[in-house]
Order: sequence, then C-alpha cells, then structure tokens
Amino acid sequence: MTRRFTPKVVTANRLREGDVVYLAADDRWSLLHHEAELIEDEAHAQMRLLFAASQKNLVVGAYLADAKAGPNGPEPVHFREEFRTRGPSNYDHGKQADLAHV
Amino acid sequence: MYDYSDFDEAFVRARVAQFTDQVNRRLDGSLTEDEFRPLRLMNGLYLQLHAYMLRVAIPYGTLSPRQLRQLAMIADTYDKGYGHFTTRQNIQFNWPKLPDVPAILTALADVGMHAIQTSGNCVRNVTADHFAGAAADEVADPRPYAELLRQWSTDHPEFQFLPRKLKIAITGATADRAVTAAHDIGLRIVRNDAGEIGFKVLVGGGLGRTPMVAMVVRDFLPEADLLPYVEAVLSVYNTLGRRDNKYKARIKITLHETGKTEISRMIEERFAELRPLFGGADQALFRDIDAAFAGPEYLDAPITAFDQFYQADAAFRSFVDTNVAPHRNPHYAIVTLSLKAHGATPGDATSDQMRLIADLAEKFGHGDIRVSHEQNLILPHVHKADLPTIHAALMTAGLATANVGLASDIIACPGMDYCSLATARAIPVAQEIALRFQALDLEHEVGPLKIKISGCINACGHHHVGHIGILGLDRAGVENYQITLGGDGTEDMVVGDKTGPGFAYDQVTDAVERIVRAYLDLRTGPGETFLQAFRRVGIEPFKVALYGEAERDAA
Repeated sequence: MTRRFTPKVVTANRLREGDVVYLAADDRWSLLHHEAELIEDEAHAQMRLLFAASQKNLVVGAYLADAKAGPNGPEPVHFREEFRTRGPSNYDHGKQADLAHV
Repeated sequence: MYDYSDFDEAFVRARVAQFTDQVNRRLDGSLTEDEFRPLRLMNGLYLQLHAYMLRVAIPYGTLSPRQLRQLAMIADTYDKGYGHFTTRQNIQFNWPKLPDVPAILTALADVGMHAIQTSGNCVRNVTADHFAGAAADEVADPRPYAELLRQWSTDHPEFQFLPRKLKIAITGATADRAVTAAHDIGLRIVRNDAGEIGFKVLVGGGLGRTPMVAMVVRDFLPEADLLPYVEAVLSVYNTLGRRDNKYKARIKITLHETGKTEISRMIEERFAELRPLFGGADQALFRDIDAAFAGPEYLDAPITAFDQFYQADAAFRSFVDTNVAPHRNPHYAIVTLSLKAHGATPGDATSDQMRLIADLAEKFGHGDIRVSHEQNLILPHVHKADLPTIHAALMTAGLATANVGLASDIIACPGMDYCSLATARAIPVAQEIALRFQALDLEHEVGPLKIKISGCINACGHHHVGHIGILGLDRAGVENYQITLGGDGTEDMVVGDKTGPGFAYDQVTDAVERIVRAYLDLRTGPGETFLQAFRRVGIEPFKVALYGEAERDAA
C-alpha cells in the first residue's frame, strides 16, 4: 500500500546567511513561502529535491515540507514550517523583520 | 583568574586558522556540506531553524570583564545586539553569518575564549558551581579541577569520537548548585576522615529521553587521582558505549546495561593501568592552575551603608533578600543578576547589559563574573557596602528583578523559536508564566519554586528536575505541554512525576497557576516550600487541581 502523496514545497537554508528559503518554479530561491512551487506529484518532488541538492554553494539541508494551496500561493501545514516563514516569537527578528522593510 | 598559557593561545589560534580555511573552502565549493558539517560542529557552529548559531564555551561559568565586553562587541558587530546564556554555562549567538564566523572566533581568541568542543561526541564544556570560590558552604574551589579537566580533555586524541557527548560537572560545596547527579560524570569535592581533599565520583546521570540519577562509583577518590580516574571512566565508556543506537549511546545506558559492579570493576582495572602513566606531570600542572585561582584580596571596610539602605529602601531590601547569597567572608555577598525580568527571554542579555555588568564587576566585584546553569549572571565577590550602588545601577538596565529562585526565575531552552531539534516552543511559555506571576503579585508569597521548560525530549531546559517541569511536544501537529512535578536538581536529585495528559499552548499558564494555588491551599504554612509540600502530600491533590475529581477517578 502506498500512502497518498500530499503536496510539498522544497525548502532549505541559505549557505552564507542561514536564512530559510523556498524553491520557486523558475529555480529561484525565494524568502517567501507563497512564492514556492507547490509540488503535487511525488516523482516531480524527487526531481526538484535533487535539483536543490545540486545547488550546494547556495543552500544547505534541502528537504520537502508539507504545504497546501492558499489564495496567495502555498501555505505551510505544520507549525514548525509556519515559524520558519516568520522567525522567533520572542523578538521581531528574522524574516518578519527583514521582509517588513522590503 | 586563570589566563591562557602560550600553549593554550597557540592552540586556539591554530584552530581559528584551520577553521577559517575550512569556511573559505566551503564558500568556494571545494568542500561539500557533508564534509563541512562535522568541521563546523567541532567549532561550535550549528545551523538552526532561522540561521546559524554559534555556541561559545564559558569554562566553569567564569568570565572576566574584558571577556564579557568582547561578547558584547561580538553581539553588536556580528549578531543582533544580544547573547543567550544556556543551561551548560555557554553563550549562544543566534544570528551569525557563515562568512563572519572566522572573525568572531578570532575576536574570541583575543580574550582567551573559543567554541571548541561545544558540539560533537566529545567531552563538552566542564561546568561548575556558579558560586565557586565564594560560597560559604564550600570544601574547596572546584574551578582549578575543572580547568585541569578542560586542558586534559581539549583535543584529547582518544576521546574525540566517543559513542556520544560527555558532560562533566563539578561542585565543591555541600549544596549542589551544579546538578552533578544529572551529568555523565559528576564530581563532588569532599574531605575524608583524615581531612584530605578528594572526590565523590558519580557516573551515568543524565536527563533527556531516559532521565537517570547518577550512581556513585567512588565514595572518595584522592585529589591527585582525578585525571587517571576520569580517563579510566572515559576509556571504559569508549570501549563499551553503544555506537549502534544514538538513543542508547550515553554512558547512563552503558552503566545500566553493564551493571554498576562490572563497570566499577572495569574502571578500577583500567585506572590501575593508567595511574602510573601520569607520573606527576598533571599534579605539577594542577599546582600552577590552582595558584591562578587564589581568591581576591578582600576589602576591610565598614558595612554601615548596607545596613542603612537595607532598613530604609524596600526595593533594595527585597533585592537583597531574594538575589543575594551568603559569602564566606561575612562582609561580602554573592549577587545574582536576574536575566529573567518578567516577560523577558530567560538567559538573554543585551550588549548594553553585558557592558554594564563588566563595569560593575571591575569597579565593585574583583573582576569576576559567573554564568549559572539557571541562566543568570553572578557577581561572586561584592563588598556589602557597595550593594546599594550596584542595585541602583542594575535598576537602570533592567537587571534588578528580585526574583532569583522564585516562580518567574524560569529556565527555558531556546525551543522552537530557534532550535532545529525542538518539538515545541519554550521561551514564550516562560514569558507568559512570568508575566502571570507578576500580574498576580504572588511569587514572593509562594517562595522557592523552580519552573523549568524544555522544548523537546532532550531536556536542555532540565524539566525533569524542575519542581514544576514542562516539556513541549508535537502531538499530531499541535504543540502540547506535558507537566511533571516534584523534580529536584540538587544533591538529592529526583526526577519529577508526570501529572497526566498534556496541555495546549494557551492552557499551560493556567495549569501552572492551578498547581501553585493548590500548593498555597494545602501547605502547612509559609515555611513549607512547594517541594516539601509535594513530598508530604504526593501528586494526587495536584492532579485534582489540574484535571478535577472525575477525570482522576476515570484515569
């Protein structure tokens, strides 16, 4: 029995800065979760993960994270991934601060 | 205070040069991440949830003003203006960028600090009683022994790839403030009947997935046998330790699988082989180290100013009653600076706070600063006449919170706000509990209470030994917090008991308040502490307070 594949995004941390990034459909690494490519096919997910792993001078520790479709693009499913889109809850640091100035 | 020898200096500089080259080779692609990861971990550099994290060792929790100022400089230049003091007497920087790390390590080396062996399966930072050399109840200062162990274990070729990490803690006092029974090796300095100094040696303690109280393998180890004996323990562990299963690899499992009798026999056998090989070089080294830890030259001045302020100023009186501990010199005091202002992140200090503390230590504290495993900073040698001035200065910097040992003096690991291993958040839970007790204005009435929070089963927040322990877990994609009661991290270490089903993120503070109110209702009087009351009545009344009669009967 195979488990049904649930949609995913490819996520990693940038090598130099350590920031959380997401792989977009056009091969860019975006800081924004909703710009990620939402992958609904398991074989394609493995291809994209291989591509991410090949970007070894840009990102570290790429993996597939569960995601779901939202009005503005993919949204995280698990709270850990939700935290990764923002930053810590005790200070206005990380993306929640960095992206506010963009 | 111990200063680096030329050997220490050359060793640390060589490691910085090596790692600088390794970082450059990672950045230009000559090293893959698989190749680089063990190298960066050997130098204390982790990749966490949102960024890199650099863990810097503060051996036996002792800092000079110059070192603390340098940490402030690093926080300002390469991080976000603060540092996080941990339960293992380390400081962590949460936002360094990889290309900056060599410069940070160079800045650390400039003040005799490093991040070596703050990660990996080796002997980690040796921790000690944070009141060492000052406490009134001390047999001997544990820090010279800790420094000897640091030098011996640093880059020790036999122990760079142990089955798992190995943590050593040492105390020289009767009250165990170093949680020695929860360490792989715990050392307690004692005197034998002849008045000689030696160690009670405990092995196999630990928290984490399988919490265990350490077993005593030697009631009295003569002082001079410390290194050969510890080396024998590590040697046996290195041979027997389970490398096949990460969760069974710590020495506590080795001890339980092999049995105390057999382990003790093997340790003694190995010790007999190793002891003659040391040949006294370790003792010559120890004498030099010991001399460097000679206590300060105490001032002989009147303490009338202290007495007058104590009578006149209620805020000062509260601070002294709560945050000041007895010093061996009756004119002196040990001052704990709380990094637990209500609503603040436990263990965090801003660069401004670090500089102020460095100044105070220099002016009034014989240049000595300590870091406690309870995530506070300490001025261990303060003349009582200077306490009012220090208190006034601390008030201006948010460092005068009179809550040491009370409900809001909470230990919390970084949890899922930073740590990639975490299963739930810990910091905001601590913040909310502290703010609740502030709003209720209840903590001084409640008295001594240790609340400890971990964001995963690895128990960096020491939840098992909290009077109230809180463990954050991921239950089917939702944060859930399990509560334990009655834990104790002192010389009579006890692992706390689970109350029952866990609580949702937004219900934890209410649960803690119900526990505390139940205690207030059932204690015999203000003289009976939470822990004493718990030991008298057991867990049942607290279960009723948490879950009600019906659910308890059903369970």
